[in-house]
Amino acid sequence: MVQYNFKKITVVPNGKEFIDIILSRTQRQTPTVVHKGYKINRLRQFYMRKVKYTQTNFHEKLSTIIDEFPRLDQIHPFYGDLLHVLYNKDHYKLALGQVNTARNLISKIAKDYVKLLKYGDSLYRCKCLKVAALGRMCTVLKRITPSLAYLEQIRQHMARLPSIDPNTRTVLICGYPNVGKSSFMNKVTRADVDVQPYAFTTKSLFVGHTDYKYLRYQVIDTPGILDRPFEDRNIIEMCSITALAHLRAAVLFFLDISGSCGYTIAQQAALFHSIKSLFMNKPLVIVCNKTDLMPMENISEEDRKLIEEMKAEAMKTAMGASEEAVLLKMSTLTEEGVMSVKNAACERLLDQRVEAKMKSKKINDHLNRFHVAMPKPRDSIERPPCIPQVVLEAKAKQAAEMEKRKTEKDLEEENGGAGVYSASLKKHYILQHDEWKEDIMPEILDGHNVADFIDPDILQRLEELEREEGVRLAGVEEDDTEMDVEELSKEQEQQLAAIRKKKATLIRNHRLRKTVAQNRSTVPRKFDKDKEYTTKRMGRELSAMGLDPSSAMNRARSKSRGRKRDRSEDAGNDAMDVDDEQQSNKKQRVRSKSRSMSISRSQSRPPAHEVVPGEGFKDSTQKKSAIKISNKSHKKRDKSARRGEADRVIPTLRPKHLFSGKRGKGKTDRR
Amino acid sequence: MRLVKCWFCSSTIYPGHGIQFVRNDAKIFRFCRSKCHKNFKMKRNPRKVKWTKAFRAAHGKDMTKDTTFEFEKKRNRPERYDRNLTENTLKAIKKIDKIRSAREAKHIEDRLKPNKQKQFAKDKYELDQNIHLVLAPGASEKVKVVVPGEKSVQNEAMEE
Repeated sequence: MVQYNFKKITVVPNGKEFIDIILSRTQRQTPTVVHKGYKINRLRQFYMRKVKYTQTNFHEKLSTIIDEFPRLDQIHPFYGDLLHVLYNKDHYKLALGQVNTARNLISKIAKDYVKLLKYGDSLYRCKCLKVAALGRMCTVLKRITPSLAYLEQIRQHMARLPSIDPNTRTVLICGYPNVGKSSFMNKVTRADVDVQPYAFTTKSLFVGHTDYKYLRYQVIDTPGILDRPFEDRNIIEMCSITALAHLRAAVLFFLDISGSCGYTIAQQAALFHSIKSLFMNKPLVIVCNKTDLMPMENISEEDRKLIEEMKAEAMKTAMGASEEAVLLKMSTLTEEGVMSVKNAACERLLDQRVEAKMKSKKINDHLNRFHVAMPKPRDSIERPPCIPQVVLEAKAKQAAEMEKRKTEKDLEEENGGAGVYSASLKKHYILQHDEWKEDIMPEILDGHNVADFIDPDILQRLEELEREEGVRLAGVEEDDTEMDVEELSKEQEQQLAAIRKKKATLIRNHRLRKTVAQNRSTVPRKFDKDKEYTTKRMGRELSAMGLDPSSAMNRARSKSRGRKRDRSEDAGNDAMDVDDEQQSNKKQRVRSKSRSMSISRSQSRPPAHEVVPGEGFKDSTQKKSAIKISNKSHKKRDKSARRGEADRVIPTLRPKHLFSGKRGKGKTDRR
Repeated sequence: MRLVKCWFCSSTIYPGHGIQFVRNDAKIFRFCRSKCHKNFKMKRNPRKVKWTKAFRAAHGKDMTKDTTFEFEKKRNRPERYDRNLTENTLKAIKKIDKIRSAREAKHIEDRLKPNKQKQFAKDKYELDQNIHLVLAPGASEKVKVVVPGEKSVQNEAMEE
C-alpha cells in the first residue's frame, strides 16, 4: 500500500541559493591549484573536470526535485484532485516541466563546453571557457527562479497536509457551514479542531482517529459546503467535495434542525439533493444536530416532510440498513446521541466493507482456511455448571478469614503507629516450640561457623569420636616408652663443637685472603711475608692437637738461620751459637756475608711490621689504631678492584631509578 | 555473618577484616590481610609458599586427614532452628576442638621423631670424618705441652 507522506520532500532552494550551493561545492570538491607551466593536457583536464562536476551537481539536485514531487496522475485520485484544487494542476506541471527543461539545457551546455575545452590552447583560454560554461548554466537556473519559489511554497504547504490514508476505514463529516461538524469531531476523536460560532471556521480537511470494536477509524472533518453551482465553489468547499468524491467512506450528513447556523432546513435539503450523487455506494447517515435548541418533535410539518424525503433518498443507498441507522438525532452540546451516531456510522461502514470483501475474488482463498465447528446437542437435558457444596463452603470460609485477618498495618496502628512499632520478623518462624522463636544463636564460636557443625546426629558422632580418641590415647602411652634415641657423649659433643669452630675459622681465613688477593701479587708461602708461620705457633697448634711438639720445634730451630745481622762479621760469631749445628758450607756463608753487606734498612730502624711510636703518635697503640682506621678507609676502594680516587669516573648520567616507571606527583629527582 | 578462609594462607577471616577480590568470572578471592593480597597479586602459588596452610598440607607438615574434620562441613541447605540440637552442637564444638588440637600436636610430634636419629647419624659421621682437625691421629689424649721460650698455651686458645 502506498503511503502518502509529503513531509519528506527535500527543501527547494531559491535560485540564488541554488547557484551558491552548486558553485561553492565545485570550488570545494575539485582541485584549485593550477599553473601556466602545466602540460596543456593537464590544464584542459583541470577545467573540464570543473565544468563536468558542476553539471553533474546541477543534474543531481534538479533530478531530486523532479523525483520527489508527486506526479499528480500517478498518486491516488483523491490526492490528485486535492492537489489540483489547492495548487492548480497546470501551474504545478508547468513548474516541474521548467525544472526538467533547465536540467536538459544545463547538460547540453556542459557537453558543448567540454567539447570546446578539448581545443583550448592555453590556461587563459581554458579558464575563459570554464567561466563561460558556469555562467551560462547559472543563467539557465536563474530563469527558473520563480518556478523554484513556487515549488518551495507548495512543498511547505504539502508538508502540513493531514496524512489521510485513502484506503482505510474512514468516516467523513459534511454539511453546511456552522452545523456542528467540528464539534462532533472533537467529541469523537482526540483531534483538537477549532470551533467558532461563525461560518467557515474549518478551512481545510482535518483528520482524527477513533476506535470502534477494537478497530481504528479515521474521521475526516471537512469544511462546510454551500449550495451553489459546482463552478462557483471556492477552494475551501472544493476540498470537501474532493474528499466526498474520492474517499470510500461512511458519510455523515449534518443537518442543523434548529436553523441557528443561518440556513433553513429547506436550504440544507437542497444542498443534500444537489450533492447526493457523491453519496452513491457509500453508507450515508443523516444526522440531525442541535436537538438541544429545537427538539425533533417541534419542527414544522414541511420541514419534517423534507427530512423524510432525504431519509428516503438515503435509504436507497442504505443496502439493507434499518431506518434507525440512517436518520439519527444528537446534540453535541449535551453529548446526547453522539456515541450512537458514531457507532451507527462505524457499524455501517464495517458492514459495507465486509460485504465488499466477500464479493471480491480473494475471499475464496481465505474461506478455505476456516472451519466453524457446531457441536450437536446429544440430548435435551440441561447441564448447567455445577459447583460442589464443599467448594462453596470453603470459599465462604476463606472470604470470612480474609475479612478477619489482622494485617501488619493494623498491628502498627494499634501499637503506636509508624516509628514506634517495629514489626518482628521472628514471629512467623515455623519452629517446634514457640518459645524458641526469640532465641539468639551464636553464629561464630572459637573460630568456627556454628552452622557448619549443625547435624541431627551430632551427639552420636561425638560419642564415637570420643571413643576413638580414648583408644588412641591408650596407644600413645604404650608408644612413649618404646622409642629410645642414641645420643653423643659429652666429650664427643665438645669435639664436634671444636671441629665446627675450626672449620669455620679455616673458611673465614680463606675468604679473607681471597678478597685481598685480587689486588696483590701472590707471594709463595715459604717467604712468609706476614711472619705467620712461626715455630711458636707450630708448637701451640701441635700441642692443641695432642702431640708433643718439642722434637718438631727442635728440628725447625736447627734448620733456621737466625738473624742476618748476627751472622755478619761485625756482629761476631754469636749468631752461630743460636744454631745447634755448625754450618760449614762455605758457599753459603760467602753469600750471606755479601748479602749482609748491602743493608737495605738502617740498623736503627725497626722492622716494617713492628709498630713504633713516633711520627706524631703518642705511643704504639695510638699508631696502631690510626693504621687500622686508615686501612678501613680504603678497604672498600681496594675491594672494588683497581679503581682509585684519582681514576677518571663517568657518573651515571641517567640513573635508571630516576628515569623509569610511572611518575606520580613527586619531583623527578626525589624518587 | 560467616567466618571465611583466606584464599592464600587459609587462615580464618573474621567479619570486617581483610579484603576480597571478585574476578570477572565471578570467582571470589578473600584475603585475611594485605600480605596475602600482595602475594596473590604477585601470582604466587600458595602451595609453594612455605608459610601457608596449603604448603603445610601439601608437604605433610600438618594433619590433613582426620575424623574431626568431618564434623565441620559447609551445608548449603538451611536447617530449621532447634534449641536442643544447637545446645548440643555448641558443646560438641568445644570437645571436637580439643580433640583436634591434641591430634594435631601429636601429628607434629610423630613427624619430628625420626629427626633425632637422623641428626645423631649426621653428627656422628661429621665427627668421625673430621676428628683429625682437633685430634691428631695417634694422639689418644691431649697433652699439655710447654713450648720453650713462651708461656704455656692452653688447648682452647687456638686463635691466630
